[in-house]
Amino acid sequence: MAHLICEVVYRGIFQKNLASRITRGIVLSARKAGRWGIAFGRYGDSPQRNGIPAKDFAIVADSKEELEQHMARYEPKELHVTICVDDTLGKGVESWAWYGLQPINRLLLPDGHLLVTSTQSPDDLLKDIHTKDSPYHLWILPGKASFGGLWVYKEDHTEVRILGALAKIAPQFLSIDAVSEAIREAEWGSDLKVDSARKAYERIESRPVRITEGNPETPYAFELPRWWEMREGVTIPSLPIGKPIEGTKGYRPERSTVFKKFSTRTMRPVIDFDTCVKCTLCWLQCPDSCFDVMPDGLYDANMESCCGCGVCEAVCPVHNCITMVNEAAFEDNASQWEMWRRDKDAYKVWLTEKIQDKVHVARSHGFRYRGQYEEELASGSDLGGRPVTEGIPGENAEEKGLPSTVHVHESASIVTGIPEAPGA
Amino acid sequence: MAVATRPAPAAAVLEEKEMLISGSEAVAEALTLADIDVVTAYPIRPYDTVMQAIAKKIANGKLVAEYIVAEGEHSQFEIVKHASTVGARVFCGSSGVGWMYAMEAITVTPALRVPMIALVGNRALDDPGAFGVEHNDALSVRDLGWLLCWIDTSQEAFDTTLIAYRVAEDRRIFLPIAISADGAFLTHSQSLTRVPPKEWVDTFLPPYRRGDLLLHPDNPITVAPQVNEDWVIEIRRQNNAATERAYTVIEEAYADFRRIFGRGPENPWFEEYMTEDAEIILMGMGTLSLPVKVAIRKMREDGKKVGLIRLRWFRPFPHEQLTRALRRAKAIGVIDRDYSFGSPFGSGVVATEVRAALYNAEHRPPLIGFICGLGGREVTLEDVYKLTDICYAAAKAGRAERGTYWLGVRE
Repeated sequence: MAHLICEVVYRGIFQKNLASRITRGIVLSARKAGRWGIAFGRYGDSPQRNGIPAKDFAIVADSKEELEQHMARYEPKELHVTICVDDTLGKGVESWAWYGLQPINRLLLPDGHLLVTSTQSPDDLLKDIHTKDSPYHLWILPGKASFGGLWVYKEDHTEVRILGALAKIAPQFLSIDAVSEAIREAEWGSDLKVDSARKAYERIESRPVRITEGNPETPYAFELPRWWEMREGVTIPSLPIGKPIEGTKGYRPERSTVFKKFSTRTMRPVIDFDTCVKCTLCWLQCPDSCFDVMPDGLYDANMESCCGCGVCEAVCPVHNCITMVNEAAFEDNASQWEMWRRDKDAYKVWLTEKIQDKVHVARSHGFRYRGQYEEELASGSDLGGRPVTEGIPGENAEEKGLPSTVHVHESASIVTGIPEAPGA
Repeated sequence: MAVATRPAPAAAVLEEKEMLISGSEAVAEALTLADIDVVTAYPIRPYDTVMQAIAKKIANGKLVAEYIVAEGEHSQFEIVKHASTVGARVFCGSSGVGWMYAMEAITVTPALRVPMIALVGNRALDDPGAFGVEHNDALSVRDLGWLLCWIDTSQEAFDTTLIAYRVAEDRRIFLPIAISADGAFLTHSQSLTRVPPKEWVDTFLPPYRRGDLLLHPDNPITVAPQVNEDWVIEIRRQNNAATERAYTVIEEAYADFRRIFGRGPENPWFEEYMTEDAEIILMGMGTLSLPVKVAIRKMREDGKKVGLIRLRWFRPFPHEQLTRALRRAKAIGVIDRDYSFGSPFGSGVVATEVRAALYNAEHRPPLIGFICGLGGREVTLEDVYKLTDICYAAAKAGRAERGTYWLGVRE
């Protein structure tokens, strides 16, 4: 009697199909060895919303009876593997169905596995990932937060590379041969994708994480009210109006004490206060009222309230005054305006570094100019990934009248020399 | 005793295929094999996953059917109602408040003897806005003449959809059937499901023939005229007779299903799990059977004789079969994923029905209602252990201390 419970943490809409392909692939691969499984998502609005953290799960078990105890659940309470397909979620997860900030490794069992797609180093990732009271293994699959499976974007094989990696992590449940077979048979199947999975299987490596390692901060949490504490009639008291800042004309709106936004964003605005013309557009247009009006009339983006939508950058009329920068480049939610006021020269250095860091400036969900995606894919192959090839059939290939497999001659050598997987 | 009316296919050379699909997708698979003619759509979670799955089937050329996007749920049900009167096999569905918004159209469907199949993706009724499962939406048609059943796996979703068409379109019945599927736990989770070849389905499910009730120029009739007080009680009495006949037709359909597909329950009405020697019998509907079964297996290891009856059919209500099955129980615990405010003992709907069914029984064990898992909250093993202990205490005392307990409330 044995079972494997996997979670995929992803960004709503952008990675919805990617995540469901991964969990489907896990169940179909395990089925090749006669196991039973289910794939489901954390039910709610999150998968439908831009960038909101969401979760999919795959559970496989030796018998139907064993599987039963994991069915009719919203989410598993313990996991063997967490798969994180956007490394900015390494900071923790707040789903739209709100439970505070859940460390990315919180549900992992002792000696469990955390698999992250990232271009960061393990040490950089561990600056974000909260400490855990038991050791676990960190695996990094080199790559950016993927758009694979999102209608208009090309396949980048992330889903099969993860399946290949998983065959290394849990060979007793998914052998690489079973994974290959499942990929070939699934509706997104192709021989090229099988090669990608096998390559990931060969290359993936782990690093043990000790209990002392990681971000030592206590994650944000709160308690849900008891039935007799709640106001009747489904009423929730409104927020009080805001207060002036330091007795000036500055103004800070009152904000919810429980609804915070940390990992809901992939990008955050970085502001050059020296070039701001105080036009008020960012403050006016921000859908989350995240801007505080500071005593000098400048606007400071409050990081407990910002969800990273980028409207401020889009409406700002000054070149490079507001720049959206990848969340991975930051480790705290401190006020930028305070930093600027304290030491303007140091702030300038910090700001220049943030907005010029090419790796981090590249948006993971959305592009600055036509052709950026193609450029990124090309540079992605330098990181060990396989170049994306034209003609991947994708979902429903049969119905679209496209060939169901793509034959790439040079790929033949890749599949040789792979050792027999345990349990294959 | 059920009578099989259709033979198994002569040469079973075709095979079933196994698919990893959600409960909603399983329904769409069944609708494709049933070759429905008209389907209407208006989005609401969790039901929308069904309409998406059907849309995909049609777009991919797997199913030829009219797919009509209505401007709201009320129109959705009106459209299929009229399509059915001209002989189309129809499908429709909704969830929660969407189902309630369509209520005026839903109400008139049984009286017109329209055999439509609807899926209710069970969802809490607003306010508050919530997507999770509660059974009150579907239970609102309890007294309207709809037949009403609950499913708990993707496989049962597939099988029951075919059975529902077979029952509803039987000329002895001609009533709408609502199939209730728990939001999220069933509609949104994918499990391995066996899907048979079309030939088997064709053997099981004959074409829909409306006969003398067909609205057609060759058969000039009026459907739904003004009737005033002269006809109403007679119409109700007719509908009740059709509902009574459903007991026989449902048993026939399940017997044929078993013969043709080689699976399916002996007892269509409810699933019994470890009830043969059970002292405590727990009851409920839908996916809550999954945690309850796991809990029962664990409690059996501790020597507690607990069993489960999961109701499949709620209308018609299998009161005779149920009282027989409950004969040996020392206490009964009914878990309701619904409520009936101000009802006797403040019970849920199922507990009230079971109590009524037991009134004429010789053996009437203590019955306790439990309100649990509302709004989609998980029914946990701890919940089941706790309510079983309460049932044991009632069995020992020979009476229940309270009629209803609310479990899992933050207090």
